[in-house]
Parts: sequence; structure tokens; C-alpha cells
Amino acid sequence: MMAYKREKRKNDEPREITAKAGIIPRADGSGYFKIGNTEAYAAVYGPRNLFPRFKQNPTKGILRCNYNMMPFSGMGNRVRPGANRRSKEISMITENALIPVLDLHEFPNSVVDVFIELPQTDAGSRCAGICAASIALADAGLAMKDLVSSVAVGHLGGTVFVDLDYNEEAFDEGDVADIPIAFIPKTEEYSLLQMDGITSKEILFEALEVSKKAIEIIYKAQQDALKQRYKEGQK
Amino acid sequence: MSELLIKDKEIVVPGEELAVGMDFLPSYGTYRRGDKIISNMVGLVHIEGKVVKLIPLSGKYAPKKEDTIIGQVIDVAMSGWRIETNCAYSAMVSLKDATSDFIARGADLTQYFDIGDWVVAKIINVTSQKLVDMTMKGPGLRKLKGGRVTRINTNKVPRVIGKAGSMVTMIKVSTDTKIIVGQNGVVWIQGEPEMESIAVDAIKMIENQSHVSGLTDKVKEFLEKATGKKIEMPEYNR
Repeated sequence: MMAYKREKRKNDEPREITAKAGIIPRADGSGYFKIGNTEAYAAVYGPRNLFPRFKQNPTKGILRCNYNMMPFSGMGNRVRPGANRRSKEISMITENALIPVLDLHEFPNSVVDVFIELPQTDAGSRCAGICAASIALADAGLAMKDLVSSVAVGHLGGTVFVDLDYNEEAFDEGDVADIPIAFIPKTEEYSLLQMDGITSKEILFEALEVSKKAIEIIYKAQQDALKQRYKEGQK
Repeated sequence: MSELLIKDKEIVVPGEELAVGMDFLPSYGTYRRGDKIISNMVGLVHIEGKVVKLIPLSGKYAPKKEDTIIGQVIDVAMSGWRIETNCAYSAMVSLKDATSDFIARGADLTQYFDIGDWVVAKIINVTSQKLVDMTMKGPGLRKLKGGRVTRINTNKVPRVIGKAGSMVTMIKVSTDTKIIVGQNGVVWIQGEPEMESIAVDAIKMIENQSHVSGLTDKVKEFLEKATGKKIEMPEYNR
């Protein structure tokens, strides 16, 4: 069995990151997050009136996420537009990853809508989406106790790598696992932990440990994006 | 030992540590975790003695008692009107808060306010469930006829108004328009069409450059150039 070796970056190094805030003028808050070739835009609308009425919650506002891969965003075939099983699942886990930091008690019966669009993907799209959405929610001026940073870790034939790209994910010469995580740095909690593949307990814990450095880099990029936007003060 | 970790007037993002120690008190936009005070949103740090708070830089309007806002009538009910307020919750103006006229039971309420009318109203009460009640009785509260409406970020409203209304007075004097700025970020402007559009540009300019120092002079320069006449500010506003 051939062990996989990375050429351009270290095993615990994420791909190149670009993060921006406030790029969609008509939205109440927006964020952009690019990691390697994966690109995500997030737009936040609200808090706003929620209909149908049976979905309203009188004790607090609800969060509604929508994850969408654009038709030519994939690595091969055209993605059929519209919702599918996968996008529904990712919309749900994005919601669950973000809700622990948000305080929507000030907005009973209302909704905060988050639309995540991916014009280009190269693995790690749900993580990029969560990072962009987290910037967008902060930009919308909502009360949140921390930003959420997200990245994928995994192992290829037993060696742990952070932020896998599509080629690495498709490794077929041994066991592979792709583990997307979302982390809340302030409380040191994981708000997303999924896995695709085969792993052992030891490798899983090693992977979570290795991810910390990448999470730190992403968290810093998100903070800088928000500060940059308000230093310029444009909208 | 208590200590501030951040300077006054600095921009912070959610999750940043502002102060450590129990000698400081968390106020709006901050929370305490252990012995630290942490920011809760994007904002400017404002330190008042022991109190650490944030001045928000973005976000939608949140209805507050005593605010004067501009809204549009979206529905006529049995005994009042529903007003859209540029936030998540619409407001109600009941009959007795709208006019002192005698209105017979079952009378046609659209002769007072019809759907689509713009009004200036004051919020009299906001409940925990964000049911908003407004009144039209009071100085300056009325139906708006003609003119145009533009929306700005509600957090920029104080900057558009300026100290003691200096900024908005300058635009009014220069363009010879009537302007009303609602706390909810809705701005109503009435005057000659060209002048209305210059006033809109000036307001958008203030919104976009609200962080710039010496903005008043910049706006003055812009207005004098656009209207082609010198601004003579009234005595009380110099």
C-alpha cells in the first residue's frame, strides 16, 4: 500500500483562505469564504416576519439555512439545480452548527434566513458554507457569543491530514475518512462532527487534535474579515 | 487584578475578550464568562467607568418605546391600522390613538389612512412578544403626502441627524426640502424633484462615510457643488 504524500502544503496546513464580510449590499449581512478552490457566499436576511404561521416560535426566533451548490460548481458533471437529499441534510447540519452561538430570544415569532451559495467546490463545501454563514450572521448585527470555525480533517491510509481537497478525498489505496468539524473556539465545543469513511478511535482523536491549528487560522481570517469591513465602514 | 484588554472606541467582533476581572461590569453587547467580559456582536467598545458596552454598527431596527418612526399602512383593521415598520414586527395604530374625531361604529377607516399611505408615528408600547402600539397624536406626527422615501441603516440615523440636528438641517436648507428621519432608518424627503434627489445622494453619502471625520465639511462641499449655491445656516444652528 502506498502512503499518500502531500506536495504543496504540510499535513496540518489548510489551503489558502480568503474571507470577506459585507459583500452583498441588499442583504442584512453577508460573508464570503474561499478555501483553496472551494468558494462560498452567505447572505443573511432578518430577523424578519415568519410565515407560515405554524412555524413561528413565540419564545425565540428561528434560524433557517439553505445550502445550494450552483450548477457548474462541481468537479465533473453539472449539478442538477434545486434542492436534493444532500443539500437538505447539509442545510440542517449548518443550522445545528450555528444555533449554539446565536441568541434569538430578542426576536420571538421571527426568522433569520441564511442563504449559502457555492459557485465553485473542491471538497469541504459544508465547512466553507458554515464559515461564510458565521461571518454573515455577525455582519447582520445579531447577538452571538462567538464565531463558528469549520474545517474538514481526515486520514488517508492512517496518516492524518487537514482540509482535504477532492483528489485526496477520492484516495483509493487504503482506508480513508473525511471528518468535517465545526468548532466554537471560546467554549471549546464542537457543533458539527460528521464522518464519511473508516477510522479508528485513536486516529479520530489525533485528527481532532491536528485540526486545532487550522481552526485557529480560519478563526483569525473570519475576525479579520469583519474588522476590515467595519474599518472601511462601507455598505 | 482587573484589567482592560481592549482600548476605548475599538472595533470588536463576537467572541473577543474585552476585560478580565470582576471590577468591570458587562453591559449591552457583552457577556461574562468566568472572570472575563466577552463581546456578543460586532460593535465599537464604549467604556464608562466600570461598565463595558458595545455600540452596534449593524443590524436591523428593534422597536423601542418613545421612538418616532416612519412606516407604511399595510392593512386596515376593524378599529385601527397596521403599519409596516422596517423591522421584523409590524405595528398597530388604534382608532383612539389616531385622531380625536368622533368615528361612528363601522365607519370607513380608509378616509383617514388608506393602504399604501406613509405616516410618521410614535411607538407607545412594545410587549415582550414584540407587539407594537403606536400613536399619531403628538407634535409632528401625521400622514405624509407626496415626496419620496429612502431607507438607511438604522445605526447610522444619529449621524444623518447630526448634533442637535445640524446635519439634516444643512441638507434641508441647502436643497430647500422637507426631511423627516425616522428612528427605523426610513427617511422621507419632499421638495423639487432634482433637489429631492440631491438630498437622497447627500444622505447616502453620510451613511456610507459615517466613520470619516470632518464629514460635515465634506457634505457641505458636496451640497454646495450639487446645488450651486452657498449654504447659509440659520442662526440657532451655527
